[in-house]
Amino acid sequence: MTVTLIWIVVALVAIGLYLSWTAGRLDRLHARIDAARAALDAQLLRRASVTQELATSGVLDPAASIVLYEAAHAARQAEEEHREVAESELSQALRAVFGEPTQVDSVREAPGGVEAAEELAQAVRRVPMARRFHNDAVRAARALRRHRTVRWLRLAGHAPFPLAFEMDDEPPTALADRPGT
Amino acid sequence: MKIGIVCPYSWDVPGGVQFHIRDLAEHLIRLGHEVSVLAPADDETPLPPYVVSAGRAVPVPYNGSVARLNFGFLSAARVRRWLHDGTFDVIHIHEPASPSLGLLSCWAAQGPIVATFHTSNPRSRAMIAAYPILQPALEKISARIAVSEYARRTLVEHLGGDAVVIPNGVDVDFFAKAEPKKEWQGQTLGFIGRIDEPRKGLPVLMKALPKILAERPDTRLLVAGRGDEEEAVASLPAEMRSRVEFLGMVSDEDKARLLRSVDVYVAPNTGGESFGIILVEALSAGAAVLASDLDAFAQVLDQGAAGDLFANEDADALASAAVRLLADPARRAGLGERGSAHVRRFDWATVGADILAVYETVTHGAAAVAADERTGFRARFGLARD
Repeated sequence: MTVTLIWIVVALVAIGLYLSWTAGRLDRLHARIDAARAALDAQLLRRASVTQELATSGVLDPAASIVLYEAAHAARQAEEEHREVAESELSQALRAVFGEPTQVDSVREAPGGVEAAEELAQAVRRVPMARRFHNDAVRAARALRRHRTVRWLRLAGHAPFPLAFEMDDEPPTALADRPGT
Repeated sequence: MKIGIVCPYSWDVPGGVQFHIRDLAEHLIRLGHEVSVLAPADDETPLPPYVVSAGRAVPVPYNGSVARLNFGFLSAARVRRWLHDGTFDVIHIHEPASPSLGLLSCWAAQGPIVATFHTSNPRSRAMIAAYPILQPALEKISARIAVSEYARRTLVEHLGGDAVVIPNGVDVDFFAKAEPKKEWQGQTLGFIGRIDEPRKGLPVLMKALPKILAERPDTRLLVAGRGDEEEAVASLPAEMRSRVEFLGMVSDEDKARLLRSVDVYVAPNTGGESFGIILVEALSAGAAVLASDLDAFAQVLDQGAAGDLFANEDADALASAAVRLLADPARRAGLGERGSAHVRRFDWATVGADILAVYETVTHGAAAVAADERTGFRARFGLARD
């Protein structure tokens, strides 16, 4: 009798520990998504502001300037549900303008242009990185949240179901010439 | 930035991962960052000032060969102490899925963790069994780096998720500025790697050599690397053995000079390569490269634009490609030129900047790395001592 009781207590404690550990895991994953999302936001904003700076600097021809300015402005002002589209359009505008190495060279020749080109190159390289890290965190959290234990016992609480950030983030080749990233 | 790097393999045993970590740490220190490397090492081995020993690695049969691994209470305690004392902004774990220091640190840490996956092992039975154990540790990693598109593909297939591709770095100028050696020049083929490891492909090259010598009798083959030299030439006809020169283990300087001197560097590796750092080194030195068409090699060689490829394990294809290259100095010069331009992207200046960009992305707005108290059983009941 007492032995059975002891076993039941041991089992309950073990289940309790497992649940608290799983909840901890989930909590950590949600924190990771938040951090990754903040980093992605920062990189997207940085890219838009560098683009806008370049567009208003007068280094580029007027047509290119307007295209870049419009796209960067739209990306910064976009509502949450239009953000992915607006950011993708900024990527396309950047690719259209900086598709040719000569365009990048002309930016570099302007006063302060070397730094500006370098900043833009860094920005267009870091957006895909940050987005990959964010979506990787989202995938891990989703995998755990689909688990039966997590669903039935509502271990995720009221945290919203994590969504991946999908956009076209292909950098212009002339700016970020690296293999396979 | 305070950066902690975890090396899974013994510091005293030379290997690709160890060299990569050494070069990365030294590059970051030159840029003014504070770097500490945690690596398994014998307590007597002299270590560079930035390396902290995690104790001796134990040889254990793992994954078909004997691996030197770290595990157990003592190593776990040292990992925790290192994390606690280091107060790192970010830790960078290499090979987090190998049952060694990488996995231990993954368990023990919380905060921004970057991980680099070097190998592209096909999914092993052990990995499938260990998946539920690995997953909670691996999901702590905020950013994954794969060393090649091929390594990334295996990672995505086996563990899910995604990774950014950042290749291994090479000090391009060290190879580009090496002095060629007279006696290693003139119709020479070069091979660097373990002689007695068939995976490195020397047997394929030996099989091709009679055909190459029949067309171009002046050719010499220079082989640098450890292993049984008698056995390596056993398949060759006796009169051809003098055309093969064994240099034994060579120093880094001699390796660079050898790559600068040879006409064609041959990489006949038959598999298990996830990157191919030696190809990048050969390209840096301006050698014309002839490599088997492994996925990883094809990528390093820009699908054949920066070096010639031949069908893997096909000695005839190797022989005819080598003869063609040896007979055509213009083609060799063209390959060398394209190669030198192509390898700039593998230079530490570029690779280091990319890795730092990853660090900055994950540390953005995140707290520093700390020992993860949640995994401690005693900590759960408030019994842990600090």
